[in-house]
Amino acid sequence: MSGVTERDLVNSATLPRPVRSLYAGNARAVMLRGWRATRSTNWLVVVSGFFEPIFYLLAMGIGLGTLVGTVTTASGQEVSYAAFIAPALLAVAAMNGAIYDSTWNVYFKMQFTKLYEGMLSTSLGPLDVALGEILLALLRGALYAVGFQLVMQALGLNLSWWAILALPAVLLIAFGFASLGMAVTSYMKSFQQMDWINFIMLPMFLFSATFYPLTVYPEWLQGVIQALPLWHGVELVRGLTTGDVGWDMLWHVLYYVVMAVVGVVFTTRRLRTLFLD
Amino acid sequence: MPAPVIVARDLVKRYGEFAAVDGISFEVAPGESFGLLGPNGAGKSTTMRMVGAVSTRTSGELSILGLDPDAFGPEIRSQLGVVPQSDNLDTELRVRENLLVYGRYFGLSGKLVAKRADELLAFAQLEEKGKAKVDSLSGGMKRRLTIARALINDPSVLLLDEPTTGLDPQARHILWDRLFRLKEEGTTLLLTTHYMDEAEQLCDRLVVVDKGAIMAEGTPAELIRRYSSREVLEVRFGSDRNVEVAERLSGIGERAEVLPDRILIYSDNGEAELERITDAGLHPITSLVRRSSLEDVFLRLTGRSLIE
Repeated sequence: MSGVTERDLVNSATLPRPVRSLYAGNARAVMLRGWRATRSTNWLVVVSGFFEPIFYLLAMGIGLGTLVGTVTTASGQEVSYAAFIAPALLAVAAMNGAIYDSTWNVYFKMQFTKLYEGMLSTSLGPLDVALGEILLALLRGALYAVGFQLVMQALGLNLSWWAILALPAVLLIAFGFASLGMAVTSYMKSFQQMDWINFIMLPMFLFSATFYPLTVYPEWLQGVIQALPLWHGVELVRGLTTGDVGWDMLWHVLYYVVMAVVGVVFTTRRLRTLFLD
Repeated sequence: MPAPVIVARDLVKRYGEFAAVDGISFEVAPGESFGLLGPNGAGKSTTMRMVGAVSTRTSGELSILGLDPDAFGPEIRSQLGVVPQSDNLDTELRVRENLLVYGRYFGLSGKLVAKRADELLAFAQLEEKGKAKVDSLSGGMKRRLTIARALINDPSVLLLDEPTTGLDPQARHILWDRLFRLKEEGTTLLLTTHYMDEAEQLCDRLVVVDKGAIMAEGTPAELIRRYSSREVLEVRFGSDRNVEVAERLSGIGERAEVLPDRILIYSDNGEAELERITDAGLHPITSLVRRSSLEDVFLRLTGRSLIE
């Protein structure tokens, strides 16, 4: 008896040769591994990450919000301060979940536990590993986001039925961040370099039109913020939960699609260089 | 004769200017246990990685199970079991989970993997440890778990890179016993080692590798017959006197090797040579007659010891 199942043979036989050496169609096994590992060791960390944006919402939205009153959105709509920052925090929840798994966790697996070395000596290809890890990080981002949106619903902060579409939107946001996060991490060689990720994440969280409209900035700074990924997520989700929907939102979607694809491509290439030299 | 499982011809792996593997050729028949014996840095692990289809050769020919690893990496890997030099067990998972999850990497069904995991835990003598954390296992147990993991896909060939390095003698013997069982069941083994006793215990045939090239090939007995004498007399006169005494020993035995701590005299009759030495009025501090080993073969071929 051989170790190859029929499913593998059928699947990989239909793929062109170069793809076949990168992808065995089994990213599921990598996700399954991550799920088991999280269940047995990391679940407390997972839970704590879930509450972080909720604390922000309560402290800033409800607390500070009583002083602020209402905010005028980019389209001129008047909304309560809590309803203004909640969608931004929803995007942040998706981002945090995705980034945590795809950066520090990936870094440890690469540098210390040799997990990917082991995976790539099986019939898995680098694309299986990249997709599996990214999808798992995405799921974690999605889990945070769904929980957060339930809280929003309970507090009456979903102002429109469009808010339902915020769920697929945060999935896409999480995919983008997980994918790019893993790609960047795969090039990191030291803790110092890893700290740069935090150094970028914190200001991006604070300044991406999260807590006040973009218009408070001078124009050149607005341009900088608009080039960064989180702003696109914040605008996309805010548009949906406040019911301010337009075709130009598709640019935000496109931004994340490109980000996700670029991340998967670079992660796969890097894994192949590192472990299949 | 059945087609060989592994064929390597003029295999080369270069990193920049440095040739880690420099024109190695060998064949491994199905069911055979084949060894690469050599010191650290001889190119054994690099060869293993190429055979394992995780490293691309620079030049030469390589065929594993009739397939070229450049084009059929995943297909080849699905039929190999790999025991790397340093354990890379999944420390975030429990012992049995390590087997389950690894089996899924090969696309095997959960049910099949669960059945095999239990069989393999028994084979590795780890039935009691199924729910234990990997970090709580001893070195020997981790090694056995790594071997069990490598068998989860029922591989045609098992690659073992330095399987017992770093283990205490008792753990080594348990491991050898397990590997011997696999050999008896007809599993093809390819292993690297720098322990000659390991090579003698486990290998039907082996190549002696040094600096990326093959120095000799044969069965352990053949190599000893060809490159060494039946017996070896080891005499020690004290580190400062060995060289001086060695000159006076010329003519005794077929050949002598002077090491920093002792002199080795090759002969078919060690006791007789020892008598000749004492008759000559020389009295070694210690003396020992033993059978020739692969260590002597290596010393003869390279002028160096295996473990430096």
